[in-house]
Amino acid sequence: MELLSGADMIARFLQDEGVEYIYGYPGGAALHIYDALFRQDKVKHILVRHEQAATHAADGYARAAGKPGVVLVTSGPGATNAVTGIATAYMDSIPMVVLCGQVMSHLIGDDAFQETDIVGVTRPIVKHSFSIRHPSEIPEVLKKAFYLASTGRPGPVVVDIPKDMTAPTERYEYVYPKKVKLRSYNPVTRGHTGQIKKAVELMLKAKRPVFYTGGGVVTGNASEGLTDLVQRLGFPITTTLMGIGSYPQGDRQCLGWLGMHGSYESNMAMHHADLVIAIGARFDDRVTNNTSKFCPTAKIVHVDIDPSSVSKTVRADVPIVGPAGSVINEMISLIQGKDIAHPEALTEWWEKIEGWRAERQGKLYEPSNEGEVLKPQEVVEAVYRATRGEAFVTTDVGQHQMFAAQYYKFAKPNRFITSGGLGTMGFGFPAAMGVKMSYPDDDVVCITGEGSFQMMMQELSTCKQYGVGVKIVNLNNGSLGMVRQWQDLNYKSRHAHSYMESLPDFQKLIESYGFTALRVHTKEELEPALERALADKHELVFLDVYVDPHEHVYPMQVPLGAMRDMLLSKTERT
Amino acid sequence: MRHIISILLENEPGALSRVVGLFAQRNYNIETLNVAPTEDATLSRLTVTTNGDDRVIEQITKHLNKLIDVVKLVDLTEGNHIERELMLVKVKALGAARDEVKRTADIFRAQVVDVTPSLYTVQITGDAGKLDAFLQAMAPVGILEVARTGVSGIARGDKVLSL
Ligand SMILES: Cc1ncc(C[n+]2csc(CCOP(=O)(O)OP(=O)(O)O)c2C)c(N)n1
Ligand SMILES: [Mg+2]
Repeated sequence: MELLSGADMIARFLQDEGVEYIYGYPGGAALHIYDALFRQDKVKHILVRHEQAATHAADGYARAAGKPGVVLVTSGPGATNAVTGIATAYMDSIPMVVLCGQVMSHLIGDDAFQETDIVGVTRPIVKHSFSIRHPSEIPEVLKKAFYLASTGRPGPVVVDIPKDMTAPTERYEYVYPKKVKLRSYNPVTRGHTGQIKKAVELMLKAKRPVFYTGGGVVTGNASEGLTDLVQRLGFPITTTLMGIGSYPQGDRQCLGWLGMHGSYESNMAMHHADLVIAIGARFDDRVTNNTSKFCPTAKIVHVDIDPSSVSKTVRADVPIVGPAGSVINEMISLIQGKDIAHPEALTEWWEKIEGWRAERQGKLYEPSNEGEVLKPQEVVEAVYRATRGEAFVTTDVGQHQMFAAQYYKFAKPNRFITSGGLGTMGFGFPAAMGVKMSYPDDDVVCITGEGSFQMMMQELSTCKQYGVGVKIVNLNNGSLGMVRQWQDLNYKSRHAHSYMESLPDFQKLIESYGFTALRVHTKEELEPALERALADKHELVFLDVYVDPHEHVYPMQVPLGAMRDMLLSKTERT
Repeated sequence: MRHIISILLENEPGALSRVVGLFAQRNYNIETLNVAPTEDATLSRLTVTTNGDDRVIEQITKHLNKLIDVVKLVDLTEGNHIERELMLVKVKALGAARDEVKRTADIFRAQVVDVTPSLYTVQITGDAGKLDAFLQAMAPVGILEVARTGVSGIARGDKVLSL
């Protein structure tokens, strides 16, 4: 039997749980824990420069590694700084455990120095939260936190730890709990077979089917099964932003992604489909546009692990509550040896889709000519080529995010890492740090905008401290481009506060941290700059790429319209 | 439609706020709310009455079920059930109204549980409709104060909400 202080139990538990990295920032209420971390060397602590970055880095790590990201912050401002990152992880269902220091238990409620009711503050943006009431509870509560964060529909879990719970003088028995049980928590492990049969019948009989898959396939590690299923059936597939890479984007059957800025062919196919097979997607408003006009002729099969996602915004004809992976496998075994009922209809459907595809071919944007200002789209395409499509790409939020999603073709899941649900500017750079730590030998590129980058650029210092070699491609349009686009479209181009009038000299800024930065103005400069940036996998390089500030993201769905109602360029619409 | 949802909740600090917070956060309405411990010290029973169409009620029960602190729940309005609420009312009782209040209380099977020279305190139990009707009947006399417990309920017959 081993006697440990609460703080040592935490450090020890993290080791026993196999945690590699913990992202954090110290402060009074967390100092016993920090001391315990100091006295061990298995769990590596990464000192960020702002607690929000700790949560985004842990989030990026979690998305790439498929394991919970772990964060440690102090009470009060430390914890409140983490809130945006917790909300980001919550909206995208990312497993994360956030350990928050808290004031001593006898001071709670007295407005003590650096006291915040962080459990209260985060209540609507966590999967669950705990407050430690006795040091001896620590191993079990932490195990529950990791279990909840990473099973079922994953999400962030906050653990509030009053300072006296970690006092070095009080020691209790420590045993690593291999398993925990929560009587009220039993995530489903498979879908209802009768429902799956019904879905498969519809699939075999469909004339104009389309798969619509989301982040649930990615987090559920179900991409391989999905690819197999889709290819056996020969159906078209579109993914959500979060589902990018759940099916190889370069494949003929993949129509790209759907929704507000989704591809023309995706949105057209959805609108005209007679069967939509949704897997691990949640029919959110950025996908459906006006739900009353959504897919007017389609029956809907909806597979999701979270019952509350099913029929939330769009009624499912065949609801299936279950994990994507096992449901997909069951579907595969049910279609084995069976043929689709209307192969000729499917052929016709594909002809229609190919027609939509051809309509927009070569019209997506106009590349720059020699010596002209670059188009953001062609920069992303160049990044794609330079990294052979194999990089991990994180983004911030704005036009650059949409261009990254549209023009980098992801062949694998977990490679496109973006804040889809919350749309958090500032996510991209710290998330890239987390990704790089789980894949140190891969290219990790953060495609950002000058607005977003400035929200988390203090992390350059973290990268310097730990030698984090991420590549930053700053699509510098000198403005809050996405805001400006909306102002062009809806406010007669009155650009209220969407300029960044006092941008720093990014090159000098980056160089002041001892990193390399290159300015890129034209096509001729672009490829050599990318080559230089990617030369050494372990070196941080920043490309400040000046792009056309007047460019808009298209297609763009018309507000309150159907899936097929889109602006296709500044002058064309459907 | 009005629904009565009864929940077995972990008797943990913060559990109640998760339930109440869910209603606020998702824009669901709470008409009445009633919470108390059960025979099992680890559980409390919470009963909430709410309004909404089928889609909304489905979402409410799904989201409630997702809360880790919610162990089990039942929508009592889906089957036969007994609904009860307790109300204490202070009403003016002067002159002729004194008898009038007493008579009305008798009709409603309510009891006068406290008396002063100028008022009666009446206790009444029943479903929410009965309590509303009593208040209506008392309005002309003059209602001074109302304390209602909120609805509590239980299924009729063999059905039992337990672990
Ligand atoms: C934290 C946060 N604040 C505000 C917004 C609203 N917003 C969405 S896109 C955008 C502009 C982003 O500008 P930039 O990073 O330069 O990207 P660009 O659109 O120019 O490519 C803003 C302000 C947001 N998504 N996140
Ligand atoms: Mg910009």
